[in-house]
Amino acid sequence: MKTNRSAGPGRFSSSNLGVGSVIKAHVTVTLKNGVLDPQGKAIEGALGSLGFSGVGHVRQGKVFDLELEGADKAKAEADLKAMCEKLLANTVIENYTIALD
Amino acid sequence: MKSAVVQLPGLNRDRDMIAALTKISGKAPITIWQTETDIPDDVDLIVIPGGFSYGDYLRCGAIAARMPVMQAIRDKADKGVKVLGVCNGFQILVEAGMLPGALMRNSSLKFVCKEVKLEVVNADTDFTRAYEKGQVLRCPVAHHDGNYFVDAETLSGMEDRGEIVFRYAEGTNPNGSLNDIAGVMNSRGNVLGMMPHPENLIEAAHGGNDGRGIFASALDVIAATA
Repeated sequence: MKTNRSAGPGRFSSSNLGVGSVIKAHVTVTLKNGVLDPQGKAIEGALGSLGFSGVGHVRQGKVFDLELEGADKAKAEADLKAMCEKLLANTVIENYTIALD
Repeated sequence: MKSAVVQLPGLNRDRDMIAALTKISGKAPITIWQTETDIPDDVDLIVIPGGFSYGDYLRCGAIAARMPVMQAIRDKADKGVKVLGVCNGFQILVEAGMLPGALMRNSSLKFVCKEVKLEVVNADTDFTRAYEKGQVLRCPVAHHDGNYFVDAETLSGMEDRGEIVFRYAEGTNPNGSLNDIAGVMNSRGNVLGMMPHPENLIEAAHGGNDGRGIFASALDVIAATA
């Protein structure tokens, strides 16, 4: 067990387990323009109070890092789009972008 | 009238809801667990109570909205069965797409637990018949994400069709919700979601019974409880 513990953050990734190729994906979910973002506003205020002047329009969001088994990038992209539409983003208020490594 | 209360991990107002439904209708509701897909045919009202389903991870109500029981509830709603979502139940209904809009973090960024005033905007619904239009009720709220948002076009249609059922009144909007919206229903009029907790103001021991009319209306026992 101790060798596993020292293996670092990647120790559970399937690429380290020798399962085959994986595609790494990076999904970013942000609030749509025009949707009030009270958390972004609070962060903006906090930046100002830390002395960072001239910072405006702060919008916060979420990032999901995923690993998908397989090598078919087109399929991965289609699957990720479906994941965003069905769960990762609430498309009433949020936009998403998908990036593959 | 037979009612049912949905139970999911993290919901914590189910017992209050069961008590309210039992006291007002004289009959205990059945309970439905999240994995159930068969809701008995004689259930006329399904209630999704408040709480913090799945720890409110990802977004409030997002994970609960995708559990098997929600498909069963959607099928029932499509057949005209009444569905009431309170607090997290409301968040689950919007996440499930059974009600329009979204519930976002309170504009204060703080959890609010207090009493507000609610205006009955539409008293001509299956859930508000016991009230008068424009009547102002007292009602408790307890939530972190009750800031209702919907795009302008959808909102205007909802206003025209009377789907805004409750608004926070007298400057008591606790969360920054658009147009002071506190509760909305679907176009068919059989699904209502609201952030305030009417189940916590139904008898003298609660300090008032302003919330009783919602259950009396939905359970069709207005005369019996008047």
